[in-house]
Amino acid sequence: MFEKYPKEQRYTLSILQDLQKEYNYIPKEKLIELSEHLGIPLSKLYSMATFYKALSLTPKGKNIIKVCDGTACHIRSSRSLLDEIQNTLGIKPGETTKDGKFSLETVNCLGSCAIAPVMVINDKYYGKLTSSMVREILKEYGGADDE
Amino acid sequence: MMSKTVYVCCGTGCLANNSMEVYKELKRLIEKYEVDAEVKTTVKATGCNGLCEKGPLVKIQPDDICYRKVKAKDAEEIVTKTLLNGEIIDRLLIFDITKGKKVTSHRDTDFYKSQKKIALRNIGEIDPANIDDYIERGGYEALRKMLSQMAPEEVISEIEKSGLRGRGGGGFPTGRKWRQCDSIDSYPKYIICNGDEGDPGAFMDRSIMEGDPNTVIEGMTICAYSIKSNNGFIYIRDEYSLALKNMDAAIRQAKERGFLGKNIMGSGFDFDIQIVRGGGAFVCGESTALMQSIEGNVGEPRAKYIHSVEKGLWGQPTVLNNVETWANVPEIIFKGSEWFNSIGTDTSKGTKVFSLVGKVKNTGLVEIPMGTTLRELVFKIGGGIIGNKKFKAVQSGGPSGGCIPESLLDLPVDFDTLKKAGSMMGSGGIIVMDERTCMVDVARYYLDFLSEESCGKCVACREGIKRMLEILTDICSGKGTVEDLVLLEDLCHTVGEASLCGLGKTAPNPVLTTLKYFRDEYLAHINEKRCPAGVCPIKEVRA
Repeated sequence: MFEKYPKEQRYTLSILQDLQKEYNYIPKEKLIELSEHLGIPLSKLYSMATFYKALSLTPKGKNIIKVCDGTACHIRSSRSLLDEIQNTLGIKPGETTKDGKFSLETVNCLGSCAIAPVMVINDKYYGKLTSSMVREILKEYGGADDE
Repeated sequence: MMSKTVYVCCGTGCLANNSMEVYKELKRLIEKYEVDAEVKTTVKATGCNGLCEKGPLVKIQPDDICYRKVKAKDAEEIVTKTLLNGEIIDRLLIFDITKGKKVTSHRDTDFYKSQKKIALRNIGEIDPANIDDYIERGGYEALRKMLSQMAPEEVISEIEKSGLRGRGGGGFPTGRKWRQCDSIDSYPKYIICNGDEGDPGAFMDRSIMEGDPNTVIEGMTICAYSIKSNNGFIYIRDEYSLALKNMDAAIRQAKERGFLGKNIMGSGFDFDIQIVRGGGAFVCGESTALMQSIEGNVGEPRAKYIHSVEKGLWGQPTVLNNVETWANVPEIIFKGSEWFNSIGTDTSKGTKVFSLVGKVKNTGLVEIPMGTTLRELVFKIGGGIIGNKKFKAVQSGGPSGGCIPESLLDLPVDFDTLKKAGSMMGSGGIIVMDERTCMVDVARYYLDFLSEESCGKCVACREGIKRMLEILTDICSGKGTVEDLVLLEDLCHTVGEASLCGLGKTAPNPVLTTLKYFRDEYLAHINEKRCPAGVCPIKEVRA
């Protein structure tokens, strides 16, 4: 996977993003390997992995739910969507369900303010949402259907 | 044979409303019905038309018909009635609020009529994945004109004379930036496009990259020629998957056609562009942090006593402009600086793209001449407040901007007047708030955002914003005191003065403007333990 890019520091972020995509998180062994491959101290890679939000050092769920909490969504009650997800799946932003099915994240504006409030599951956008719509959508992904 | 074109809006807003299904269904049905029909129809998936509120939008040319909120099941009717028989389907037309009636063409609505499109000139009219569409509308003509008729120095003068200022927020004169970079005798030089649009409520850059990626490429190439640079980078926010995809395709096609790469259009000039994907950090929208990120570091800003035009990416002279700024460049070169200079106000020339969002009827993307008043923007183009509630404020400039009350609605929008009012142009997000929006909660919201996004390098920003957030959270939950307001104002000044980059310097703006214009709301929370807008959960705390 590392060979895709020239051995230069500028490709660090790209490689880390590829790792994230491949494993759904960045495994420790891979980070060590990358450090040796690029000759960059592990501490530096660690600081990048914790600085950029797109990267995670702990495994993420199969489905990643991103609820937009940009200003436009915020003033159109995006918080109530979060409450609904929290009630249905029992996870807070930044957490993953025990069965590894879902991760919940908040994002700062997805640039779809005209259809606020917005939520994205994997790469699919859902706009103009209400709490009850969220419940239905979660069911489609097999989230807590019998509760 | 008559030919017609159907444009289906496939910007992110319309895609979320299933416009791709509409596109596929129309395509399928047209093939089915048109085997021996007299009308030849092409279906195109375009970028964002702006009126996302009414999406998915479908436009039919040359008849100039625009349908709104189209569903896949409407496709059959559109093909059989409108395309084959020229009949207009009344229920799919846009209802214009100010006229009080339905209109056939989107151009007849107030939303589009007051606009003037320069940066957005092609969006919604072309298929962004097809470079021929761009060329057909005059794309790469500016590049051709420049390479055959203009010396690099003339290009810089032309941009200087146009009065173009940076659209990313700061409003720095673009021509002066290029001139400064050109004057430094150190090579290689770099060109960067800042597509790390992070301000919540702003999505014009995303729409340009998605809907007309070639204009950005052309703008950057023009600059590269003028300052003799051979390498460019486009830094795109990680969340913008469609923009990444379309930009990638556009770069590839431009190279195939010789508009980019080696020996551009036979002129001997080389320029190449690479895309860099952002990592999801708001602070990387700051120019020096962005350069750090491209180099493969943590994106922390640095002090700017040495400008990046002198020592930027890898310590080399660098011109960094925002997406919208680049989109203006080809038009200026093609039509001339005088034309551009005649639009706008004394100090702010041309147009600005705004994303009009929040509690306004027509939400979406608009491009207006500088100097249009906020009132016109909100009430004429925006159609007023949803549910006819009472207008309270507009917030501009994202977390760096401020809230402007009704008494200042007649301010002409340009770089300098907004700054005087305590806000700023920023990247162009205009968030409309009504009586049900709590201004204390808005200030708290922005500090919450900034406390997460502060990179942590400067103590004043890292710690100061946190303390301010604590005070505001107290006030929102009914635990605030009047002394808190004094402390809050004090902290605002410290954070503003002791931070290195724009994030910290402007972080107090949302607090300062709400304190200035909506102090009574703060006092209601503190003295009466009451949230006038009914947003803050004061009751729960008291119980």
